[in-house]
Amino acid sequence: MSNHLPASGGNGSHGVRAGDSGLRYPSNGKTIYHRPLNRTKTAELSKAAFAYLFAEMVSYAQRRVTGIQELEKRLNLQGHPIGLKLLDLLLFREPPRTQLRPLNIIALLHFIKINIWTHLFGRQADRLEKSSNPDTPDEFMIIDNEPLVNAYISVPKEMSQLNCAAFAAGIIEGVCDGAGFPARVTAHTVGDTAGANNGSGGGGTGTGAAAADGEMWPGRTVFLVKFQPEVLEREALIGNKS
Amino acid sequence: MTVFSLVIINKAGGLIYNRTFNEGGLNKLSTNDYLVLAGTFHGVHAITARLNPVKSTPEGRPLSNSTIPGVPGGILTRPEPPSGLEVLESENFRLQCFNTLTGVKFLLFTDTTQTNVDVIIRRIYELYSDYVMKNPFYQLEMPIRCDMFDRKLLSHIREVNNR
Repeated sequence: MSNHLPASGGNGSHGVRAGDSGLRYPSNGKTIYHRPLNRTKTAELSKAAFAYLFAEMVSYAQRRVTGIQELEKRLNLQGHPIGLKLLDLLLFREPPRTQLRPLNIIALLHFIKINIWTHLFGRQADRLEKSSNPDTPDEFMIIDNEPLVNAYISVPKEMSQLNCAAFAAGIIEGVCDGAGFPARVTAHTVGDTAGANNGSGGGGTGTGAAAADGEMWPGRTVFLVKFQPEVLEREALIGNKS
Repeated sequence: MTVFSLVIINKAGGLIYNRTFNEGGLNKLSTNDYLVLAGTFHGVHAITARLNPVKSTPEGRPLSNSTIPGVPGGILTRPEPPSGLEVLESENFRLQCFNTLTGVKFLLFTDTTQTNVDVIIRRIYELYSDYVMKNPFYQLEMPIRCDMFDRKLLSHIREVNNR
C-alpha cells in the first residue's frame, strides 16, 4: 500500500487526489491505516446496513456461478481475508501479557468461539464440539443457533443445501490459516448434520436433544472445522512432549 | 376479533402474496379470483386517489401553493399524497389497505370488530421490509416465497388472534 500513498510533492492542496490505481485518498494523506486500531473497539454498526450489504454480496457472488458449491466457495473466499486480518487485530487488542497466538487446537477454537464471535456478532458462539466419530478426529464443530449473517435470509427450496453462513465459515478459515492451523471450514444447516451425528456412537441422548433444539432454532448452523493432517500430527507431538 | 387474511399487491397491481390465517372466516376464492381482486383493487385505488381533493391549510390556501414566500415558519411543505381507498367494509369483514411510499399495498381482511388494524399492518410492513427486502434471493415485484417471512408473519398474527 505504501507506494500508493500521496507523494510528498505539491499534491496536498487538491481536495481529493486520485492515484494511479483509481483509489481516492483524503487530502491530508491520512488513510484508514493512520487511525489508532483501538478507536473502533466498542463502536456499533447498523444491522440493517450490514443486512443490505450482505444481501448484495450474496447476489454478486450468485451472478457469476453455476452451482451451489461454487457459490459457497465464493462466499468463503470473501470471508477469508477478513479472518486473516481479524486474527492480528484481536490479538493486538488483547492485554500485552496475553498477546499470544493460540498454540493448540482447543485454545484456537476457544479464541474463535469467544473473541472472534464477540467482536463480529456481539455474543459468543453457542456451542463447541469435537466430532464423536473416531474416524474423523480432525473435525470440530462450532455451533451457532441463529447466525447473524442469516438473520433475514430465506434460502429458496431449490437451493436447500446452501447456507450463506459460508461467509462466516470463510472468516473462521482465515483465522485458522493465519494462526498456522490450516483447515477447511464449511457451514451446514443443522438438518444436514443431524444424520452425521446419529451415525456416531456414544451420544444417544445428546443427539435427541440436538434434534429437539433444531426445531426451536430453525436457522441453527454448524461450522465444521476440518484441520489438515499435519496440524493433528503436530498437536500429537506437542502433547507427547509436555 | 380475528384477522382473516393478508394480500400484498405490488406497484403494478400484481398479486405477490396471499395468505389465509383463519379458515372459515371468509369464503375461499380460487387463485385466479385473488389475482382479479388484486388487479381490480389496484385500479379502484388509483381512481379514488385521483378523486381525493388536495387538503387545505387553515388559511384556506391549498398546500400545493405553499412553496411561495411568506409561508408560516418558512418551511416549505408538500401536500400529502392523496391516499385513495383505505377501508372497505361489509357486513362480515373489513378490508384495510395500507399503501407504502413505494406503491406496495397491504390488504388486511379482518373481523369488523378488530381494533388497532393500522398497528398490525405496520408491523407486517416492518416484517416485509426485514425478511423480504433484505433477502438476497427475493426478486423485486415477484411473488414472495420466503420461509422466514411466513414464519414471522404467522407467529405475529397468531399472537394478535389469541389476544
